[in-house]
Amino acid sequence: MRQLFPPASNTIARVSLTLGLLLPAVALLAGSAISRAPYNTKVDIPLDQPVPFSHEHHVNELGLDCQYCHTSVEKGPKAGLPPTHTCMGCHSQIWTNSPLLEPVRKSFQTGEPIKWNLVNSVPDFVYFDHSIHVKKGIGCTECHGPVHEMQITYKAKPFHMAWCLQCHRKPEEFIRPKEEVMNPHYSHPKNHVEVGRKLVDEYGIKVEQLTDCSICHR
Amino acid sequence: MRAPDRRYVAAALAPLALLALTGCHVDMWRQPKLIAEHENAFFKDGSASQLPPPGTIARGALRENEAFYTGAVQGNLIEEPPVPINRETIERGRKQFGIHCAPCHGSLGYGNGMIAQRGLAMRRTPGNYHTDRLREMPIGYFYDVITNGAGVMFSAAARVEPEDRWKIAVYIRVLQLSQHAKLSDVPAAEREKLGAHGAPPEAGSPPAGQTDLSGGSDRRGEQR
Ligand code: HEC
Ligand code: HEC
Ligand code: HEC
Ligand code: HEC
Ligand code: HEC
Ligand code: HEC
Repeated sequence: MRQLFPPASNTIARVSLTLGLLLPAVALLAGSAISRAPYNTKVDIPLDQPVPFSHEHHVNELGLDCQYCHTSVEKGPKAGLPPTHTCMGCHSQIWTNSPLLEPVRKSFQTGEPIKWNLVNSVPDFVYFDHSIHVKKGIGCTECHGPVHEMQITYKAKPFHMAWCLQCHRKPEEFIRPKEEVMNPHYSHPKNHVEVGRKLVDEYGIKVEQLTDCSICHR
Repeated sequence: MRAPDRRYVAAALAPLALLALTGCHVDMWRQPKLIAEHENAFFKDGSASQLPPPGTIARGALRENEAFYTGAVQGNLIEEPPVPINRETIERGRKQFGIHCAPCHGSLGYGNGMIAQRGLAMRRTPGNYHTDRLREMPIGYFYDVITNGAGVMFSAAARVEPEDRWKIAVYIRVLQLSQHAKLSDVPAAEREKLGAHGAPPEAGSPPAGQTDLSGGSDRRGEQR
């Protein structure tokens, strides 16, 4: 009878044992690295849009307020994207011949909405609400980065759970006065943590509850 | 040395196989429920956000109050706003005016906002609120203009809620008063404070030397 285990099996066993222990660790590390990489989170990568809408133009140069277009940001969970009618209020009069605006004019004539590619989103098992953040002094740029400098909109933050939590644990580091929420040029004062603590008290934010799972997963 | 039992090897490799599964969590990430702005194959136009069928009225949303929702009663524009006139109303009106009207009309309402200055090819300039005609218009007219538009101006009804439209209308009245005030309108006790620069600019035109660069907010000036 042939030997059941040839001499090489010792080595094979050792190798598979080590690999069996090492690989999961390596795979875990690689997995978490990949999930945090821009390729996966889409951070800083501008998306193709049917119209090259520029926040830089409309917010920085023209000085439009976010709410001119994102009208429901104070009122509900969604900030809302502007209907074609909002664009045409101006573009029926100015830059009426621009070829870049052709899809806007067409959408206005046919009534078919422009299909923007959504840049930011959270998974469907996460509950997010804009109005509460806006009412409690969390500015748009805290979560969306320098929107007013974007020629084409991109996602500025990863929107991982850990990212939400770093603020829900210490909102005083990010909070600003309510009047400044829409101001993309706002910069935090030097003593912002001190000021932040006062605002957290003033706005009645209950920090101890903000990390409960049921706040975001309901 | 005896080679390890294959079962141990398998057990050691099992976590690897489990890891391979972790990529497959799409089911809960994109659930078949309707989410505003997301695509959904259920409806013909592929959008999850649908308008209610024509004629549907949500509970509690019946617009019975004709004056409040149209600015007129049986075709006659109303003269008194259906919102209380107090500091809160005026502050809210000012804020909303700054967001939705000032880009075209300017922060004082002379029709010289940022867009008007940029849009050299604009077919018509935005209205100037400081004319005798508009000063004498019932306040309901301003509500009506916001709701239905006027001339080449589009309706702003989709952007501004009825309550805020009234507050904007009230604020336009404030602007009209402030730009058409005479020294004698100021209570005698307060007149002193105005001092040398108390003389108001000529009514109906922007204060001399002022170019109104305001867009939707008053912040631009501070920033640059
Ligand atoms: C003139 C209208 C207009 C104004 C003013 C405006 N936006 Fe937008 N915004 C849009 C349009 C249209 C889109 C969709 C196209 C795109 O993603 O660029 C958009 C997209 C966005 C998105 C990405 C949405 C997504 O797809 O996830 C963010 C974030 C955003 N805007 C924030 C802001 C902030 C913050 C301000 C104020 C500083 C602002 N916007 C002002 C029109 C506007
Ligand atoms: C309040 C007025 C206003 C609104 C509302 C507005 N725009 Fe504009 N837009 C302008 C002005 C003014 C310019 C020209 C900017 C300049 O002077 O360079 C412009 C320029 C543009 C351009 C560049 C055109 C070119 O040929 O370079 C695009 C594209 C555009 N807008 C898209 C949009 C879209 C899409 C919307 C709706 C979400 C929108 N705009 C809403 C005022 C507006
Ligand atoms: C606390 C972080 C946070 C703040 C503050 C915030 N956003 Fe967002 N925003 C998000 C997240 C998360 C999403 C994705 C939400 C989703 O998938 O439902 C999002 C999505 C959006 C979108 C696209 C989808 C939608 O809701 O219509 C727009 C537009 C937007 N934000 C605009 C704004 C504006 C304007 C402000 C400031 C007034 C603002 N956001 C403030 C986190 C934030
Ligand atoms: C920059 C700070 C900040 C970030 C980032 C942030 N939040 Fe918040 N969030 C707050 C504050 C402040 C409150 C208000 C808490 C209160 O009123 O007690 C809040 C409240 C909430 C609430 C409402 C809680 C309630 O009681 O109804 C939800 C839901 C929520 N956040 C979800 C999220 C999610 C999901 C993310 C990540 C995508 C996120 N937040 C990111 C600061 C933040
Ligand atoms: C501030 C909001 C917030 C709170 C509080 C929160 N989560 Fe999350 N959670 C998120 C977000 C956002 C995601 C989606 C992350 C992503 O897109 O990668 C998430 C994802 C998850 C996932 C799925 C992870 C994955 O990659 O599949 C699990 C499981 C989870 N959360 C469990 C919990 C538990 C347990 C708690 C309480 C201890 C909790 N969460 C509290 C915001 C929150
Ligand atoms: C996109 C630029 C634009 C915006 C934004 C805008 N308007 Fe106008 N508005 C105009 C133009 C242009 C006219 C002149 C219309 C004409 O003469 O055909 C006008 C005219 C008017 C008039 C005068 C009508 C008359 O009888 O002469 C009033 C009142 C008015 N607007 C109020 C408002 C209010 C209130 C808002 C904010 C909710 C607003 N407008 C926002 C462009 C704008």
